[in-house]
Amino acid sequence: MKALLLIAGGSTLVYAMLAVLMGVIPGIELSKTPPGPGVEPLTPLEAEGREVYVANGCSYCHTQQVRPLPEDAVFGRPTAAGDLAYQTPELLGSERNGPDLSDIGARQPSAVWQYMHLYDPRSVVPQSIMPDFSFLFRVVAQAPAGVTPVPVPKPYAPAHGVVIPTHKAVALVAYLLSLKQPPIPGYQPPSAAAPSAAPPSAAPGAAPAFDAAEGAKLFSANCAVCHQASGEGIAGVFPPLKGNAVVLAADPTQQIHVILEGLQGANVGDTVYPGQMPAFKSVLSDAQIANIIDHERTSWGNHSPLATPADVAAERAKLKHQE
Amino acid sequence: MQDIAAAAQPSLSPEDTRALRTVFNVYTICAALWLVFATFIGVILAFKFVYPEFWAHAGWLTFGRLRPIHTNDTFYAWASIGLVGIAYYVAARSSRTRLYSPMLAWIGLGLFNIAAIAGTVALDLGINDGTLEYREWIWPIRLVFLAALLVTAWNLIATVARRNTQGIYLSNWYTIGGVLWTCIISIVAIVPWYQYGLGQVAVSGFFMHNAVGLWFTPMALGILYYAIPKLFSRPIYSYALGVFAFWTNLIFYPIIGSHHFLFSPLPWWLQTIAIVFSVAMLVPVWAGSANYLLTMRGRPERLYRSPAMFILVGVLGYLIGSSQGTAEAFRSMQQIWHLTNFTVGHSHLTMYGFITFVIWGGVYGLLPRITGKQANNLLMGIHFWWATVGMIIYVLALSIGGTVQGLDWIHGLPFIDSVVNMAPYWLWRAIGGSMMFASHLLFLWNVWFMTYGKRQPKAFAVASTGVTA
Ligand code: HEC
Ligand code: HEC
Repeated sequence: MKALLLIAGGSTLVYAMLAVLMGVIPGIELSKTPPGPGVEPLTPLEAEGREVYVANGCSYCHTQQVRPLPEDAVFGRPTAAGDLAYQTPELLGSERNGPDLSDIGARQPSAVWQYMHLYDPRSVVPQSIMPDFSFLFRVVAQAPAGVTPVPVPKPYAPAHGVVIPTHKAVALVAYLLSLKQPPIPGYQPPSAAAPSAAPPSAAPGAAPAFDAAEGAKLFSANCAVCHQASGEGIAGVFPPLKGNAVVLAADPTQQIHVILEGLQGANVGDTVYPGQMPAFKSVLSDAQIANIIDHERTSWGNHSPLATPADVAAERAKLKHQE
Repeated sequence: MQDIAAAAQPSLSPEDTRALRTVFNVYTICAALWLVFATFIGVILAFKFVYPEFWAHAGWLTFGRLRPIHTNDTFYAWASIGLVGIAYYVAARSSRTRLYSPMLAWIGLGLFNIAAIAGTVALDLGINDGTLEYREWIWPIRLVFLAALLVTAWNLIATVARRNTQGIYLSNWYTIGGVLWTCIISIVAIVPWYQYGLGQVAVSGFFMHNAVGLWFTPMALGILYYAIPKLFSRPIYSYALGVFAFWTNLIFYPIIGSHHFLFSPLPWWLQTIAIVFSVAMLVPVWAGSANYLLTMRGRPERLYRSPAMFILVGVLGYLIGSSQGTAEAFRSMQQIWHLTNFTVGHSHLTMYGFITFVIWGGVYGLLPRITGKQANNLLMGIHFWWATVGMIIYVLALSIGGTVQGLDWIHGLPFIDSVVNMAPYWLWRAIGGSMMFASHLLFLWNVWFMTYGKRQPKAFAVASTGVTA
């Protein structure tokens, strides 16, 4: 009997102590972490959206933790302890089959894109393996008053009727758009030095240093989900860049301007696009933007004069001046 | 007492034997059914990566709901029920006594099954406690599971308390310890009032690794300490080494959980201490594996056409999988592998290559000793090879693919490139996974013939060389 007590009881006592030390006490202490500056609780609708996210297991493919590693910089700044103050259940996740979503509201602010992507990810990203969430939508003969149908491209759309989001989809998109990392005062991204180290205003008059491979890569990473790798966009939602007047114009100023500042509700080639073009001024460096522009100006049959990082820098300075 | 190889069973009535046999039989059948169900879900999941449109257009078929069903049912239904069934047999036989209470065993089995069924239905309806890995079941369901553990602990302890041997055989240290520690883990995980935000991340790290390392690992290690001496007809190489591994496992394992959250906002010291103890884990892992391998050494003829093959793979799975876990815990390695599919390969090397193979070895090796009916050797061999080859394909595909994925990110390629580059590896994973699943159908078939099935036709039985009871 004594032996049994020693083995079962003794080991359990040891384990209980370790559990308190390694599980319970860190749990209690870290639960008290105060919210970081600018970290706000969700609105009721966004909170509902978060529940849809949890119920459908988005976090088995999407992390919400940006690590302090160079490769994670594309997803935003590193996640800080204060970011998690209102996050119960936590959604850090352990697998990144899809991109990190900590800052998706800033990276992809277009609600229309989010609806199309959720209804059928392959309608905007043909190579995607993300499951479709068409069960969060309804197909109706006619959209009720005040509800805009989702502009699903032809091959993906139902044969009859139009697609409208259910309340769950509306809440989920509200949640996704709320995912914006508040800036941490005084935080300097460690890699910030890298892209801008390529001197923005290189020797004037020098031949534009256009790195075609880099341009294609940057376009794929930042623009293709809307304008598509083919440059043809999605009819009626995202404008084509192939044969686009702004891209073919000899003067790249307008093109630079759109990429820096984004665009919404403008009239492009007689169409008002419901999609929204995000601003890239705080995401891409001058050299990167010039590379993307030159990619667009030399692809899909486009032939127009190249832009230089200096052009981008000049436009950026002008915009700053106007502010 | 250490020489359990010569098992005499003093003063056991036929009823006692029959009761133990029925418990072992029914636990094993339930476990095998859960294995088939849970890995059927697993195969669907694997194909969803290759054909994302496959069975996808309804909420109850969506990836994010099926995935926790696969993990929770392999963990808490297949492995838990399978291990407990064997542990009862080991406890009774190594203590040369009867099972304390078949009634408690039935209650426990009922509770395990209720928890798993309710958990499956709830998860499929999108009802969970957050996508906190391996504790997605809502708390009432986890309470049922906790009750099953308490009943099991009671029954195991009471059985060993009535032993007719002098000491407590080492196997029972591990199994009783495992059940009791897991009760504590369960309570830590269920109580909600202290886990918010970052605090919950800390608890998740703790829980995730402890559920694996202090439930399945000690149960399987305990079974190995019984099954290997039985199948190789010699006592364990070093009993003292086994005791040493017991205590080091207990002390090091609880500390390493946070290595799942390296580079997260968890305090740096918590992450660092997890890395240090992940290295220390090599001590119990190598001590344990060496002990098993040295017990088996020099008797290759015992492996031939025998359940010992499963045991050998299980021990190697433990050795390789756990050592890999240590390597993965370093920050430099995590920089490549963390968040990639490499991790999924690792968890299959351990939960499948180690735990699942040990259960199979235990079932094929021990169940016939009480039912008197062996599995057909050919079918057992096919099960073995499909499972083994399938697993190797699975783990290799995700280890290579995960490395490619991690390097793609480090090289700053557009994210979608890492998705496209995974395609062939996901296909190979689905192929390996399908082989594994097919082998589970054979296992179920074999279990039936070891328990209630009619004796096999003569033609099949010819190939049997067999284990000696
Ligand atoms: C099986 C894995 C998987 C699941 C589950 C999943 N996703 Fe995705 N997700 C992906 C992949 C892969 C991509 C990248 C390709 C693409 O854009 O479709 C992606 C992309 C995204 C993007 C665009 C990110 C960006 O940076 O452009 C959003 C937003 C998104 N997913 C939201 C969700 C939501 C919300 C859910 C749950 C309702 C979800 N995902 C479930 C795999 C998944
Ligand atoms: C969320 C989808 C989205 C993404 C991502 C996106 N765009 Fe756009 N883009 C649009 C939409 C929508 C418009 C049209 C806006 C309007 O008409 O108000 C547009 C307009 C443009 C135009 C102006 C076309 C014209 O004729 O006026 C250019 C140039 C452009 N985008 C380039 C880019 C580049 C370069 C990137 C990547 C750095 C990019 N876009 C990323 C949606 C997107």
